[in-house]
Amino acid sequence: MTDLAWIHGALTAARPQAVGALLRYFRDMDRAEEAFQDACLRALKSWPQKGPPRDPTAWLILVGRNAALDGVRKQAKVTELPPDEEISDLGDAESALADRLDGSHYRDDVLRLLFICCHPDLPATQQIALALRIVSGLSVPQIARAFLISEAAMEQRITRAKARIAKADVPFETPGPAERAERVAVVAAMIYLLFNEGYSAGNDPKRAPLCDEAIRLARLLLRLFQTEPEIMGLAALMLLQQARLAARFDAEGEVILLEDQDRSQWDGKLISEGLALVDKALRHNRPGPYQVQAAIAATHSRVPRAADTDWTQIDHLYRALERMQPSPVVTLNRAVAVAKLEGPAAALAMIEPLENALSGYFHYFGARGAFLLQLGRDQEARIAFDRAIALANTPAEAAHIRRHLDRLMASADKPPVMNAE
Amino acid sequence: MLYTLLCYNKEDVVWSWTKEEDDAVMSRLSVVHEKLVQQGKLGPSLRLLPTTAATTLRSGVVIDGPFAETKEQLLGFYVIDVENLDAALAVAKELSAANPTSVYEVRPIALYVPEARPNAPKETVKVY
Repeated sequence: MTDLAWIHGALTAARPQAVGALLRYFRDMDRAEEAFQDACLRALKSWPQKGPPRDPTAWLILVGRNAALDGVRKQAKVTELPPDEEISDLGDAESALADRLDGSHYRDDVLRLLFICCHPDLPATQQIALALRIVSGLSVPQIARAFLISEAAMEQRITRAKARIAKADVPFETPGPAERAERVAVVAAMIYLLFNEGYSAGNDPKRAPLCDEAIRLARLLLRLFQTEPEIMGLAALMLLQQARLAARFDAEGEVILLEDQDRSQWDGKLISEGLALVDKALRHNRPGPYQVQAAIAATHSRVPRAADTDWTQIDHLYRALERMQPSPVVTLNRAVAVAKLEGPAAALAMIEPLENALSGYFHYFGARGAFLLQLGRDQEARIAFDRAIALANTPAEAAHIRRHLDRLMASADKPPVMNAE
Repeated sequence: MLYTLLCYNKEDVVWSWTKEEDDAVMSRLSVVHEKLVQQGKLGPSLRLLPTTAATTLRSGVVIDGPFAETKEQLLGFYVIDVENLDAALAVAKELSAANPTSVYEVRPIALYVPEARPNAPKETVKVY
């Protein structure tokens, strides 16, 4: 007797490697996916009775390959493989066979599968939709729900993306070290995009699976590339941010800022894992943007009270990030640390030159409004907050700023303030 | 007689459980834990973080990742309370210097439930 939930988990976990290996055999994404589907159906029939095989992934690869070859045996010159009934009972022979079939390939199989989804011709949203479909095995309706679009539109988006990668040259030869590193970096960026797609959506439960899925893919990438500090950093960054999920919104769904969050609601297990990975990455002494961002998140995670935050350390880390990846958004983030260290006037002076570059950025006007408010420049704060609301990405963001405005109005109502404007 | 029960499973599956799935398993386990506590049979128990968070010390060399060989067997373990990974590795290096052929996997702990036996011995217990 095997628990159906366990089987479902095992099929999902096996998917990237199994589809990756099948893609290497067939060099055709549709055929690889069909073969994997076939194998899953057989697993659902066979495993509950016989128990799961010792190596579910190897079983699925062999059975999937067999099932697909039934249809193409005439054209293909391939060695006969044993029938399913034998494979499911093979025990040790099965893992030996799996070794022979896969060997050192599996790492590049999974990477290739992820990398295909990152084709540069595909816009970012298509890349992550495709990864969710092909690598994670989410259904089209599930993905459509997460992207808040109709199933038909998502179906079309994925079909188009697949057609585009089918025409593209998929690199099947084993990559060299430089090429492999480049692929890993591209895949890491896609995974972080996927995470942000879910994270920026705030507290919408329909979109929450995006963050979980991104973390799952990062752990997968980390198992394949155990010594890559940037992958450790990426995984840590997402784990530490995800750990705050329960504390990020109040009962009405409004945003709670980091410094006002109830830290007892942070997920300690995710934090431990994130901190452990930051520690591991630091040992390599090869800093990169993901590691620095993870270190910033870790600096927050390490203190039980917001008042104990080490802003000097955070300022220092943002400076490092500015050097690695200069961007007005990074400078804006550093301004928050500067506001804590040197006061709102210094922070405001720092972000004023960024206004052109960030004229469409919600957080710029949110931060500007907050600094002005601290300086008692209420009228200017109100203008900044109004612009922030107009640029808000989610209702929760808008509601958060509106609360500032309400407070401003309330205080403006009471004492009759003489105002030149 | 004291026993250690070592729990094995497919890590990628277990760490992909949703919070609800994880909570369901943990609550089923907690029924068993509670019974063992009542009976005074439960020593410390713990849940480990995934192997991706592990570091391994072999012959003085620090390697990212878990202990992956099948040639050696698990012979014992320590629970230590230290500042960070560097401090944990420093302890592992001391142990390794005393016992140079052994390999030490340093794996962070996700959940630690302390000794629950009311009359647990405070001194070393040799069981063999």
